[in-house]
Amino acid sequence: MLSNAGFFSNAIVQVGLYLTVLLLITKPMGIWIYKVMHGESAIANKVGGPIERLIYRGLGVKPEQEMHWKHYAVALMLFNIIGIAFVYLLQRLQFSLPLNPQQFANVSVDSAFNTAVSFVTNTNWQGYAGESTMSYLTQMLALTVQNFLSAATGLAVVIALIRGFARHSAKTIGNFWVDITRSTLYILLPLSFILAIFLMGQGVIQNFDAYKQVTTLQPTSYSITDAAGELATQTTSTQTLAMGPVASQEAIKMLGTNGGGFFNANSAHPFENPTPLSNLLQMLAIFLIPAGLCFTFGLMVGDKRQGWAVFSAMAMVFVVMVGVVVWAEQAGNPALANSGANQSFIDQSSIASPSGMELQSGGNMEGKETRFGIVASSLFATVTTAASCGAVNAMHDSFTPIGGMVPMWLMQLGEVIFGGVGSGLYTMLIYAVLAVFIAGLMIGRTPEYLGKKIEIFDMKMTAIIILATPLLVLIGTAVAVSVASGTVGIANPGAHGFSEILYALSSTANNNGSAFAGLSANTPFYNTLLAIAMFVGRFGIILAVLAIAGSMAAKKRIPVSLGTMPTHGPLFVTLLIGAVILVGALTYIPALALGPIVEQLLMTAVN
Amino acid sequence: MENSLKNITLQSLRPALGLFVILSIITGIVYPLLTTALGQSFMPAQANGSLITQGDKVIGSSLIGQNFTEAKYFWGRPSATGPYPNNAAASSGSNQGPLNPALAEAVKNRVAALKAADSDNTLPIPIDLVTASASGLDPEISPAAANYQVSRVVKARELTVETVQKLIAENTKGRQWGVFGEPRVNVLQLNIALDKLTVIQP
Repeated sequence: MLSNAGFFSNAIVQVGLYLTVLLLITKPMGIWIYKVMHGESAIANKVGGPIERLIYRGLGVKPEQEMHWKHYAVALMLFNIIGIAFVYLLQRLQFSLPLNPQQFANVSVDSAFNTAVSFVTNTNWQGYAGESTMSYLTQMLALTVQNFLSAATGLAVVIALIRGFARHSAKTIGNFWVDITRSTLYILLPLSFILAIFLMGQGVIQNFDAYKQVTTLQPTSYSITDAAGELATQTTSTQTLAMGPVASQEAIKMLGTNGGGFFNANSAHPFENPTPLSNLLQMLAIFLIPAGLCFTFGLMVGDKRQGWAVFSAMAMVFVVMVGVVVWAEQAGNPALANSGANQSFIDQSSIASPSGMELQSGGNMEGKETRFGIVASSLFATVTTAASCGAVNAMHDSFTPIGGMVPMWLMQLGEVIFGGVGSGLYTMLIYAVLAVFIAGLMIGRTPEYLGKKIEIFDMKMTAIIILATPLLVLIGTAVAVSVASGTVGIANPGAHGFSEILYALSSTANNNGSAFAGLSANTPFYNTLLAIAMFVGRFGIILAVLAIAGSMAAKKRIPVSLGTMPTHGPLFVTLLIGAVILVGALTYIPALALGPIVEQLLMTAVN
Repeated sequence: MENSLKNITLQSLRPALGLFVILSIITGIVYPLLTTALGQSFMPAQANGSLITQGDKVIGSSLIGQNFTEAKYFWGRPSATGPYPNNAAASSGSNQGPLNPALAEAVKNRVAALKAADSDNTLPIPIDLVTASASGLDPEISPAAANYQVSRVVKARELTVETVQKLIAENTKGRQWGVFGEPRVNVLQLNIALDKLTVIQP
């Protein structure tokens, strides 16, 4: 089936078109970010200027007064801790608050805490099921708000870091209040509004109605265990459709690389992602700002090639990863073939009749939606984990072992393949520092990046950033598999159960939020462990990045000499990819061998 | 710098709180309400869930799959929602791993159910007809999965193959823009069309 030319041509066209559109929107997006963050956009100044000035005046903020990195960090931490407190409180009080037509109870202490940390850290890990837990008010005023503010925080940090590289002999790295206001008002808000309208056009719902009960065509009989522990048969002839203000949350969920679904099934739910076109828009929305930021970076350091070099490194790794997932998922699952299902890909070119009656995507369709099939599901899974989005349009837990390993590994690489809004580029730039450091060691020269000498303090911070998340992931996994409250959550037997835990820690420590969702993680143990992973994985890294930003800003710029390694060419791109892959492979292959790798071997043995 | 860290924190409290409140109102109240107003004014059908009505009764949403097990209806994707399949207030996939014996068992049982309902059918059984969808609410099946069920529905309804195939074709969507996603058949709409047909030709 994999020799099928029709399959490959469609896969290449779908992925190719996606990348082409992404490439086309990268530059305009990058220019827009540059302009609004520097207050140079005429439209933004005209429309938003008065509002912006009103906000600053009301709060006593002097926009032209920039901050030292420590000041910037304090402001950022305060702002985000207020966010955690507010999201927590709203969930704990939602029963007594308006816009709760289903009368959902207050969320439990541990779940509310986990969710608060999760949404503020841009992780959007969800231990709860949206449509049976959260009131509309909580969805909007707690979760949607943090979708904006956590992404704005990421944007602020990356802009501050780039300022550090672009400036010299400076004490400050920008004004946090201004950065966060502009990110929200001029980048995230208008884009979300436009995307929400497109999504509604495709069928994403947006209302405040109570859940709608409809009468189904055919009654459904099902068995439940009654109070006495006996199996009882029940019949229902209705279906209750969950409602809510979904489109507005869906738009920022993608654009802000948040990923927290309104519904439990996330972007697999037809009300969140009804068509292949809405799916394409959502995937583009995930990469739009992270890709655009590469261009913004080039503009800010005064050499666009620097931005494109980083972009190329990201794009190359991405294409390979997509290829592997598509291949693995289309190859299917021998266990299902043995059960009597046909997993062949059948398209117009492989059938005689012109009616198209025999068409099917084939492949491993467990946990996938028909409208997306293999290619759009695999592409989505790769995009969402390359970025720190974590939205899913297919259930990663049911992917083939290799198909599920790639998303896991992409998260473990630190989500630097475009990555999260801001967080992708700032982590990738730290990898660039690491790459020039390694190169400097090899050729025996002082490493420098963008005219800045890389010194001991910078390397200490870099080491913290590179090592913090692996420590969280590996130690966290070790703890969870060693205690009963950890292993009790496992849904699948064998190596896959280990993968579920490893995935959960990789996802939370790297602020992704997707899951091998069989794991029952809504327990005090996991809610606490994963909240710690999310908090440290987010703010531990942000603080170190801001420290580097401050250190870089303070340095003198050294002129380019013969000894300077250029960081805009293929050699540097190769080095950068090498640094990312090497760290990722050395750190995680032993753990991966215990999960997906052994499972893949077992699966091939089944055949 | 160090000794003024406390001062910085105190100074930052007012802008932090104030900005949080202002941005929360803009992004958490104004933005969703504005989006709702737009959706309800210009695309109410979509914004309210693409509902299908018969007379004054709402019988479903074209985007949300329903559970079908009777021979006369086309069956949709298996659904892993609880406590009953296609529960649209509790979307969920099965989350069974590829080597979970329960998955192979479930697929085997679904294959057996299809064969039991139409024992003469020798067509290969399409994978999407025997695997649980991601949402548990997938409204669609592949054309092959519809084609597989034609003979059963034809027998149960005493219709001609051509009539049923024509209805399938009417409820089939190709790849969007010819490229994106996969071809698919909307099961609920197809079954509604079948019911209408049977009413006219009793």
